[in-house]
Amino acid sequence: MALIKNGRLTADRWHLYEDDAPLQPDIPAIVSLARFKAERDALLRAHADLGVRLEPGETPDAIADDLDRLSVIALNFPSFTDGRAYSYARLLRERHGYKGEVRAVGNVLRDQYLFMARAGFDAFEVKEGESAEAFLAATKAVTNAYQRATDTRRPIWELRGAQPAIAAAAE
Amino acid sequence: MYRYDEFDATFVHERVEQFRDQVARRLSGELTEEEFKPLRLMNGLYLQLHAYMLRVAIPYGTLSGTQMRRLAHIARTYDKGFGHFTTRQNIQYNWPTLEDAPRILEELAEVEMHAIQTSGNCIRNTTADPYAGAIKDEVEDPRIASEVIRQWSSLHPEFSFLPRKFKIAVTGTTHDRAAVKVHDIGLVIKRNAAGEVGFEVLVGGGQGRTPMIAKTIRDFLPKQYLLSYLEAILRVYNMLGRRDNKYKARIKILVHETGIEELSRLVEAEWESLSRETTVDLPRAEYERIAAYFEPPDLAPAEASSAAFEAAQQEDRDFRHWVRTNVKEHKVDGYAVVDISLKPIGGVPGDATADQMDLVADLAERYSQDELRVTHGQNLVLAHVAKDDLHALFKELAGAGLATANSRLVSDIIACPGLDYCALANARSIPIAQDISRRFDSLDRQFDIGPLEIKISGCINACGHHHVGHIGILGVDRKGTEYYQLTLGGRADENAAIGKILGPAFDADGVVDAVETIVDTYLEERRGPDETFLDAVERLGFQPFKDRLYPQKQAAA
Ligand code: SF4
Repeated sequence: MALIKNGRLTADRWHLYEDDAPLQPDIPAIVSLARFKAERDALLRAHADLGVRLEPGETPDAIADDLDRLSVIALNFPSFTDGRAYSYARLLRERHGYKGEVRAVGNVLRDQYLFMARAGFDAFEVKEGESAEAFLAATKAVTNAYQRATDTRRPIWELRGAQPAIAAAAE
Repeated sequence: MYRYDEFDATFVHERVEQFRDQVARRLSGELTEEEFKPLRLMNGLYLQLHAYMLRVAIPYGTLSGTQMRRLAHIARTYDKGFGHFTTRQNIQYNWPTLEDAPRILEELAEVEMHAIQTSGNCIRNTTADPYAGAIKDEVEDPRIASEVIRQWSSLHPEFSFLPRKFKIAVTGTTHDRAAVKVHDIGLVIKRNAAGEVGFEVLVGGGQGRTPMIAKTIRDFLPKQYLLSYLEAILRVYNMLGRRDNKYKARIKILVHETGIEELSRLVEAEWESLSRETTVDLPRAEYERIAAYFEPPDLAPAEASSAAFEAAQQEDRDFRHWVRTNVKEHKVDGYAVVDISLKPIGGVPGDATADQMDLVADLAERYSQDELRVTHGQNLVLAHVAKDDLHALFKELAGAGLATANSRLVSDIIACPGLDYCALANARSIPIAQDISRRFDSLDRQFDIGPLEIKISGCINACGHHHVGHIGILGVDRKGTEYYQLTLGGRADENAAIGKILGPAFDADGVVDAVETIVDTYLEERRGPDETFLDAVERLGFQPFKDRLYPQKQAAA
C-alpha cells in the first residue's frame, strides 16, 4: 500500500496492527477500536504515536475523549459504496476539532478523492502504482463546490458575492 | 426560470470533461465494468436489457423551448427518434451508445442541463408541483426551494454514497400534485401563525416492496434553515440507515424501525450541533437571487372569460372536451394551465417523438412564456396560456397527436418501462397500459367514469407507482409466466394512501378484463356521477369488487 498525504506520495511510517499481532513499541501503531478499548492504558503508555482505526458503525464518539492523544484516525472503507466514513470525517474535524491525520483506508478509488478531501480526509491509502498526479487531477476536476464542507473551499454562493448568513442556532 | 451563471456553467462543463475521461478509461480497458459502474451511474448512465439508458435530469420538471428542442435533437441524433418522460420529471433515452454519452452530456451542458445524480445512492433530482407559479393558493413557488436543493446536493461530499437513493419533492400548495408523501423527504411550503414562510417537513415515504406514507418530522421549519435541516436529516440517515440489505436501506425503514419521535429527536440534536459548527444555509441575498428567476411572468391583463374562447367551445366539440379535461384555472384572469397528454389511446405512456418535442418547444415559445413542465404523471404542461390562444394551441397539438382529452381519466395511465426495457422486470407494463387504454377509448365512457388513476409497475420496485394508483397493477412472475396483481384505493395526493391487494393475480389478458369489471362495478354501485371512484371504494369496501372479480370463490364459500 502507498500513502498520499498532502497531495504527495509519501512513505508510510505507520503500521496497521491486526488485533492478535504483538505490538512493537517503537513503531507508530494503528489499532482497531476494540483493541484500543481493551488495552487503552498500556497502548498510550507504550506508544507516543498511536492511531485508531474505525470501521463503519464505529462513530468518532467512541474515542472522543482520547482524540488529543491520537495522531491518526484511520477510517475504513470496506467497500467504496459504504459512505458512513464521510460523516465521521466531518464530525472528527468539525465537531471534535480533531487536528491530527484523518486517513482513508480500504477501498479508496481515485474518483472519490475529491469527496474525501472535502469531507476532511488528508491522507489516503492507495493501490501500489497509483500516482500522486492522478490524485491531484481528481481533486481539481471540479473547481468550485456548491456547499460548504470541511475543506477551505468557499462555496459558490459565497463566491457569488453574498455574505454568509449569521449562523443562528435552532430555536 | 433559473439560468446558469458562470459558476453553474463551469461546474457542469467540468463534470462532462471528467466523465469523458472516465469513459475513455473504460473504452481503453483501464477501468473494468465493475469499476466503471459507479462512475457512469453518477452520470445517469444505466445498462439495461438491450442497451445503455441515459437518464437526463429536468430539475423540478421545468424547461425552456430551447432545452426541449435540444432533447428532441438528442433523441433524433443519438437514439431512435424518441424519448421517455418518467414519473420523476426526468427524460430517459433507451438506445444511446457508451461512446456517444460524453457528447450527449456536452450537448446538454450547452443548454444548461445535465444528468448528474439521476442514479446512484445519492440525492436525486428534486421534483415539484408541475403547476408551480401558475395556480392560486400557492404560498411560494416550490421551484425556488428545489433549485436551492439542486445546487446544495450536487456532488455533496458527504452524501454521495448514502445507504440508498434519496428523493425529495416540494409542493407550494395544500393540494399536492408532487406526491410528497411518497418521497424520502416531502416539503410542503406553508405559513405559520405569524405569517412567515417555511416548510412542513415529512420524512420516510416511499414505494418499492415496503410502501410507506411519509410522517411529519417537523411541523414548521423557517425557510432560511432549509439546507441545514436537510443536512441534519441526511447525516443521521447516512450514519444510521441500514446497509446490510438494500431492500431495507431507504430512510422509510429507518423511520419505521427507529420511530418518528426518536428520529426527530436525533435530527433536531444533530441540527443544533451542526448549526453551531458550520454555515450550510444560504444567505438571504442568495436565496433571493435564485427566487428572482422564478418571478411570475408578466402576463398582459385579460378578461376572465373571452368571447372567442367561449364561441370556439360551442363550435368545436373536440376542443370543448379537451378544455373540460386538460385545461385548468390559472391564478391570473384570462389565462389557463394546459395539460399536454402523452397518453394517446394505445400509445406508450410518457413517450414523445423528436418531432413532437420540437413542436411543443415552439408552442411553449409562442403561447406559454417559453416554459414547459414535465409532470409526475408523465405528461407535459404549458403553464401560462392566454385563453384566447387555447383554440389555436389545441389545433396545433391535435395535428401532432398531442391533444388527447384524458387528463386524470382512466386512459391517463402511468406505466414503468417494464419487461420491454428493464432488466429487473417480471412482466411487461407498456402493453398492458396500451390494452387498457384501447379498452376505454370512448371519451363519453371516460367522462362518465370520471377521475380514475391507473398505475402499472413491472416489478415490486414500483417505478410505475402502482401502490398509489386508484387501481394499481403489479407485474409478478409465476413460473416464467407474466401475472398481474391488482390493488385498490391507493392515492398520491395530500391524502396519500397505499392501495391494498384485491385477490389472486390475473394473466395478461385477464387483467384488462378485470380492470373493466372493477370499473363496471363502480359504475353500477356508485350513488351518482358525483361519487368518484375513490369515494365509492371507501364507502363500499372491497367486497362488491371481489364478488364480481372472483365469482367462483363466492360459489365455493
Ligand atoms: S418497476 Fe421494476 S420493471 Fe418497472 S422500471 Fe422499475 S425496476 Fe423495472
